Amino acid sequence: MANQDYEVHEHDVIVIGAGGAGLRAAIEAAAQGVSVGLVCKSLLGKAHTVMAEGGIAAALGNVWPEDNWQVHFRDTMRGGKMLNNWRMAQLHAQEAPERVLELERWGALFDRTKDGRILQRDFGGHRYARLAHVGDRTGLEMIRTLQYHGIHQGLDVYMECTITRLLKDGDRVVGAVGYWRESGRVVVFKAKAVILATGGIGKAWKITSNSWEYTGDGHSLALWAGADLIDMEFVQFHPTGMVWPPSVRGILVTEGVRGDGGTLKNSEGKRFMFDYIPEFFKGETADNEAEADRWYEDKKNNRRTPDLLPRDEVARAINSEVKAGRGSPHGGVFLDINTRRPADYIKKRLPSMYHQFKELAGVDITKEPMEVGPTCHYVMGGVRVDADTAQSTVKGLFAAGEVAGGMHGSNRLGGNSLSDLLVFGRRAGLYAALYAKDFGGTLVVDSAQVEQAARQMLAPFERTGGENPYAIQSDLQDTMQALVGIIRNEADLKEALKRLDVLKARAVKVRVDGHRQYNPGWHTALDLDSLLTVAECSALAALERKESRGGHTREDHPYTDDTWGKVNVVVRLKDGRIQVSREPLPEMPPDLKALFQERK
Amino acid sequence: MPTVTMHVFRGDARGGDFKEYRVEADPGMVVLDLIHRIQATQATDLAVRWNCKAGKCGSCSAEIDGKPRLMCMTRMDLFNEGEPISVAPIRGFPAIRDLVTDVSYNYVKAKQVPPLRIKPPEPDGTYRMMQEDIDRIQEFHKCIECFLCQDVCHVIRDHEENKRAFAGPRFFIKLASLDMHPLDTVDRSAFVKDAAGVGLCNITKCCTEVCPEHIHITDNAIIPLKERMADEFFDPVVWLLRKFRSKKKQPA
Repeated sequence: MANQDYEVHEHDVIVIGAGGAGLRAAIEAAAQGVSVGLVCKSLLGKAHTVMAEGGIAAALGNVWPEDNWQVHFRDTMRGGKMLNNWRMAQLHAQEAPERVLELERWGALFDRTKDGRILQRDFGGHRYARLAHVGDRTGLEMIRTLQYHGIHQGLDVYMECTITRLLKDGDRVVGAVGYWRESGRVVVFKAKAVILATGGIGKAWKITSNSWEYTGDGHSLALWAGADLIDMEFVQFHPTGMVWPPSVRGILVTEGVRGDGGTLKNSEGKRFMFDYIPEFFKGETADNEAEADRWYEDKKNNRRTPDLLPRDEVARAINSEVKAGRGSPHGGVFLDINTRRPADYIKKRLPSMYHQFKELAGVDITKEPMEVGPTCHYVMGGVRVDADTAQSTVKGLFAAGEVAGGMHGSNRLGGNSLSDLLVFGRRAGLYAALYAKDFGGTLVVDSAQVEQAARQMLAPFERTGGENPYAIQSDLQDTMQALVGIIRNEADLKEALKRLDVLKARAVKVRVDGHRQYNPGWHTALDLDSLLTVAECSALAALERKESRGGHTREDHPYTDDTWGKVNVVVRLKDGRIQVSREPLPEMPPDLKALFQERK
Repeated sequence: MPTVTMHVFRGDARGGDFKEYRVEADPGMVVLDLIHRIQATQATDLAVRWNCKAGKCGSCSAEIDGKPRLMCMTRMDLFNEGEPISVAPIRGFPAIRDLVTDVSYNYVKAKQVPPLRIKPPEPDGTYRMMQEDIDRIQEFHKCIECFLCQDVCHVIRDHEENKRAFAGPRFFIKLASLDMHPLDTVDRSAFVKDAAGVGLCNITKCCTEVCPEHIHITDNAIIPLKERMADEFFDPVVWLLRKFRSKKKQPA
């Protein structure tokens, strides 16, 4: 009987993941008066949200009173090339301002306007300066605020605990099983509702801004529990990651550098983004340097600089410049803020960028340009959820933040992630609590499922002669980087899937040394399961979508195709295999459609 | 690049010793890169805590050649070529395994700090705060909770008995940031004096020296807290005035 063999905790709601979405969800669920457990893979306050830099997008209208939720909604949908779940994008734009003000009431101190309100900064794809921020460490402010507010709300926090399987009773999710990193012991969580807030999948690529935790755990847990995933082909390569020295390759350089006046240049000193303005954004993008530079101060009479086109456009442009031989010495391009803004301004606005380049690359960004190139940053795809309630297609299972799909369509605008975490974290917490209150019958955990999960966890210790997990992880990252990167084609994707099959076969034989206590080799071996699963989902979805849109560029299908604009690629598990299908997008109501006809 | 000799602590709560590893270093590498390389090729079970590898999460604190540092921000070219580099867990906290320690003390202290309780909004429903009034607190909010200041603080480093009634530098800046918050209404002075034990700090500034975010912990947080304690509790005039005046802030 599982309850006697393993440590068991019981809650109305458990939240898996303690970044922005998980913390916000846990706080909201607790406010509904239910018992909440918050499970984090790392220590509390270390989740990936801590690395977010630029800001939280919310149409507060503090800097540009013309801004409102409709404009934000329109920017978000256009940034996602209209593939977003319109209802999520609407809720997000409507509720983000209140979520930001709430953070302020909980102690967050955003940078201020001259009249003492929250200052907002320019970012890619946003018509107005819209990002509430704290220098370039907004994520840190957000996670600390939520963390210190959260610990007084009666949550039970389980730190350094990794979940490996969800538990089901019939068709509903009733808990999760995992292990403590410190002791290696198995732990069972019984819960009426489970919220996934596990973040993304970026660790499947070699050059990434994501930390070790980003192994697609939530995506995989949902898939294995029978939930649908959508849009897994859409992976955001942030245009500006560090490229030198090799050990820091991929570390994020905030879009705030360009938001605050920085510009991209090639080896000839040319501001090349003017050569890459797509038809879709021509009407709103400056086509000459003078207008682009005037735009920072006067948005009424000038169009936005192409340096702040959405991320997918900028990443592809950098990729093309480097391929054409106009890159920087270490295979990136130059990002210049040193000739454009005074040193004091740079240090005040971008303190962590200054610090990061100074300490890790020996570059003084107030005196020299940065070298930057694309880095895997974010997955738009994720668990298919109901827009209003954040519930997945499986009863009792909710998802919020990066692990949920639909909100960002084919490409996410910068700043829309932190607001997404808050808006849908709160909604997931609220509706999971309501679901738990209505939970009929008794909460029963099937010990056979627990036993099976425990056996799978411990299997790597019992094997002899298998491989080192780090070698498999590294080969997986090479495969995804080379074959499922920024520019894709059918042959590469098929080759990727073939190699993933080989990697899967290697992974089931993986061996770990030592014992269960805080053993990173073992943790890496277990993470391979989810990493390989999300890699396969992403490659399969990418093979399915025969067009180019947002974070999915096919050189063999280079154009955006309207018929593909009406469908999501859905992946789900059927008879143990991942199945791919195309399913229609929810249709936008006429009053929202009208927003796209007003301006060309 | 040369082969580097690393002496890495291997062991657990029962004890342990430094083990020598020889490992290749590429240009620009930091200590954490070498630890990862050892993990991937020689000791897959070498325990280390890390997340962002960019100096933002504060997970990879260690004592490198005896100095408390973040492994991810310590470049290899800092060290003389050919000399072995030692990497030990932060000693101020109980060992779990290898480079990983039990930092739960900090989470216990965090929970004890009386939280923010804000005043009512302006008549228009908003709050106004001026940048110059929050500059100092924003400095404190840069804290990445690496706990290096806690590790090096000698009030607790070698005095387990002091941990009960001493919050440590990390939580002095937390307390100072709450105290200086323009919207806050809570009087934490009794907490600062008794539960947090600010009086035990004898301002040697070791915490400030090791702070990877260069927060002026002693000058900007601890000394103002100490000055307030002196005024509140030990100045007879203030004590008398307090008897007759209503206080601006409510006790925690």
